[in-house]
Amino acid sequence: MKLKINGDMHEVASNTLSELLLELGYGDIVVATAVNQAFVPATARHNVTLAPGDSVEVLAPMQGG
Amino acid sequence: MTEARDRPLTVYGTELGSRLFLGTAQYPSPAVLADAVRSAACEVVTVSLRRESGSERAGHAFWQLIRDLGVRVLPNTAGCHTVKEAVTTAQMAREVFGTPWIKLEVIRDDDTLQPEVFGLVEAARILSAEGFKVFPYTIEDLAVADKLLNAGCEVLMPWGAPIGSGRGLNNVYALRSLRAHFPETPLVIDAGIGLPSHAAHAMELGFDAILLNTAVAKAGDPAAMARAFAQAIDAGRCAFLADPMEARDMAAASTPVLGMAFRS
Repeated sequence: MKLKINGDMHEVASNTLSELLLELGYGDIVVATAVNQAFVPATARHNVTLAPGDSVEVLAPMQGG
Repeated sequence: MTEARDRPLTVYGTELGSRLFLGTAQYPSPAVLADAVRSAACEVVTVSLRRESGSERAGHAFWQLIRDLGVRVLPNTAGCHTVKEAVTTAQMAREVFGTPWIKLEVIRDDDTLQPEVFGLVEAARILSAEGFKVFPYTIEDLAVADKLLNAGCEVLMPWGAPIGSGRGLNNVYALRSLRAHFPETPLVIDAGIGLPSHAAHAMELGFDAILLNTAVAKAGDPAAMARAFAQAIDAGRCAFLADPMEARDMAAASTPVLGMAFRS
C-alpha cells in the first residue's frame, strides 16, 4: 500500500507501524513516531495497523536552538 | 539580602550551576559544537527532532555526541505553528530524549518567529497536565506571563529580540516590568542575544539565565565566544547581586568639592 512517510509517498509491504520501521531500516536506532499527527509510543507500534494513505512521521534527535 | 538572592538557579526542582543554556544548531561541525559546550561549561543544551531516513542516521550520531558531553538536554518544539503540532512534537521528544523538559515554541509566523501566545498557553496547559516541565518561549507581556504560570509553567523564557536577529534586548522597559512583577519565577532570556554585553545587560536587570545559540554558533571562534558569554553572564549576575547605582540625568561630582583650592 501507499503511505506518506516523512512527507513523501512510498509503496510499502508492512501492515503495522513496527513492521514498517524494520522495512525502512530504522530497526536499531532511536526514533519517535506519529501516525496522522498523533504520537505513537514505541510500546504501541505493533498495535498500530496502517491504512493506505496514512501519514507517518519518523523523527530522530537533531541539532536545535 | 544579597546572600538570600545569591542562590543557584533552580528550575523544576533541578539546581543548575551554569546560567547559560546553549543551543546546538548551526555549528560548522560536531567537534566545534562540542568545544563550544565545554568552553561555556554549560549544563543545559537545547536539541530538536527532525525527519530522518533509515539509512542516513545523522540523528543517531548527534544524540551520541550530546550524551558523551554529559549535559542535560532541553528538547524544543521549534518550527511548530499549531497547538497540535507542538503537543505531538513534545510527546515524541519526551520519548526520544527521556526527559519531561520541553522548550515550548508555538510560532506565529516565519518572518518574526514571534510566539503565538494563545496557542502557547493552550499547549502549555495540555503539556503540564501530561507531566511535562514546560519552558515556554514567550513575549515579555505580563498578562501572557500570568496565563502561562496558571497553565502550570514554573519558568518563563521571554525573548530579548527575534530569534537569530542578534539585536539584544528590544524592550528593556517591558523586561524590567516582567522581572519586577514575577520576582520569584525563574526568567530566562531566550533569543535575540547577539553579544556578551547583551547577555550581561539582561543579567544586570536580574534575569536568571540566558538561552542563546546563533551568537555562538556563527561566531568566527565559537568556543571563544561561548567562554565570553559565560564570563559576561557571570559578570552580569555579580553586578545584579551587588545592587547597581541608579542612573540620573545630571552630573554629580564624585570628588569632594569641600576644601578645594582657589575657592573663597
